[in-house]
Amino acid sequence: MPMSRYGLSPKELRASAPRLAVIVIALLITVVCFAGAAGWLSPGRLTPAGIVNTFQQVNGLYPGFRRNHAKGVCVTGYFDANGRGAVLSKALVFEPGRTPVFGRFALAGGHPFMVDVPGAVRSMALNFSLRDGQAWRTGMNDIAVFPVSTAAQFEAQLRASQPDPATGKPDPAQMSAFLAANPETVRAIALIRQTGFSSGFANSRFNSLDAFRFVDARGISRPVRWSMVPVDAFQPNQPTPAQSQDPNYLFDALIARVARGPVQWHLVVTVGQSGDVTDDATVPWPEDRTRIDVGTLTIDSISDEAHGMCRDINFDPLILPAGIAASDDPLLSARSAAYSRSFTRREGERKEPSMVQVPGTLALRSARGSLP
Amino acid sequence: MNHTTRFPVVSRALHWLMALLVLAMIFIGIAMVASLSAYHRLIAIHRPLGILILLLVVVRLINRWVNPPPPLPADMPHWQRAAALGSHLLLYALLFALPLVGWGMLSAGGYPVVLYGPIHLPPILPHVAGLYAALRTTHTVLAFTLFAVFLAHLGAALMHALIYRDGVFQSMATWTRSARRRPTSPSRSRAAAH
Repeated sequence: MPMSRYGLSPKELRASAPRLAVIVIALLITVVCFAGAAGWLSPGRLTPAGIVNTFQQVNGLYPGFRRNHAKGVCVTGYFDANGRGAVLSKALVFEPGRTPVFGRFALAGGHPFMVDVPGAVRSMALNFSLRDGQAWRTGMNDIAVFPVSTAAQFEAQLRASQPDPATGKPDPAQMSAFLAANPETVRAIALIRQTGFSSGFANSRFNSLDAFRFVDARGISRPVRWSMVPVDAFQPNQPTPAQSQDPNYLFDALIARVARGPVQWHLVVTVGQSGDVTDDATVPWPEDRTRIDVGTLTIDSISDEAHGMCRDINFDPLILPAGIAASDDPLLSARSAAYSRSFTRREGERKEPSMVQVPGTLALRSARGSLP
Repeated sequence: MNHTTRFPVVSRALHWLMALLVLAMIFIGIAMVASLSAYHRLIAIHRPLGILILLLVVVRLINRWVNPPPPLPADMPHWQRAAALGSHLLLYALLFALPLVGWGMLSAGGYPVVLYGPIHLPPILPHVAGLYAALRTTHTVLAFTLFAVFLAHLGAALMHALIYRDGVFQSMATWTRSARRRPTSPSRSRAAAH
């Protein structure tokens, strides 16, 4: 058989060895760079999958459910902008007019069958469907500040709260050690306790906690935080004896409240000044910052997760329309990354019915004519 | 033997532009899913870059039809021709499928498909949980396959450049006027002629 340049004799092969080595090294370098980018060379690094794994380890695995804020209910309604937000942000949602909204009320924690307790942190997640097809998603909690400022702290706090298999309760020594090492969490918890919880979802104030940036039509960007301030009057959080018997008393009260009539919140934007902390959600801004009421959220329909629009949605806080942007708060990218991982896992799992069930077939709509 | 020399300049420009974009894309993709801090910045590049690659693949397929590639050296063994054809078909298929699967996956997951600022694409699939999960897995599998095919492509290119020295690498990698595929060496031509 004739030799060609494609068939190397042993002698030619020996002569080519250095050049073959160059090729092998080039390929190896590429593979090592890939492995480095994938995080495979730094197994101790905290990743989105790592955080979601910690949730599953601490709470147990509940297929089909969110890994955090697992117990919840779907709602729909609309946002009426009064136009005052348009000064701060060019986002279409702030131009005068109505934007359809759907969302989810939930309790913080990774246990979908937890009993409603007065001290559970409540959340409101919303999707604003802007008229040109853009979306704004935001997840807010009813606490004044967030207890931690970074993903690593969040994961450490989660680990410290892991129930001891022997007692079924978190080890107080672990939490004490965490608090001793994280004084900002101690300060944040004190602020959270100071505010106190209201009697239910409908009269809870929900806060963005993280800072964002509003960008106006001229391209000027300002740091902001926002809150949904309830129209329903604050009442202290003291469940009645009947409510104490109901493992879903917070959700059942919300369902009854929506059935009575639409529930409303004012979207209040707090404008930060230069020097205000935007990269630490444990630190509140000074009380005297400008607050602007930019419109009213109305919730007039409620459904359980199997029938609502919220279950198969990732309320990623960085799904933002033009005119709203991320700040330098490290929690934002971390939330976005971890939510995505949790979403991907649960969307591939069989769905179980939520513990929160809304009577009726599809959606329970508010009684008409009862808006203030 | 008189080879057609090189890829036309448009083909070479498209090839190297896409080489850069696709390599960046592979590394952005693998890095962003493992990163808490860089996730947001990386995914904001990943989406529009994917759509740009999808557009460029269409341009390349049209260009390939308008400007056919030069033939492979006549003495290249059959198995290498088959491997070259197969790996290029796979490469084109992946570069076409990955952005489409990504777009479809965001559609099925109920995500807005944001490119930049207010610019976004319409959904191309209905919002269905199981479909999102299946496409999300497909996206990962195809991406790893793309990296493997890229390694094979790089390895083969370097083999042509450094070992076979048959002008195949130069047909894509040279820009000077004089570059030509080296004809088969005289002794080997003689051997091949027998």
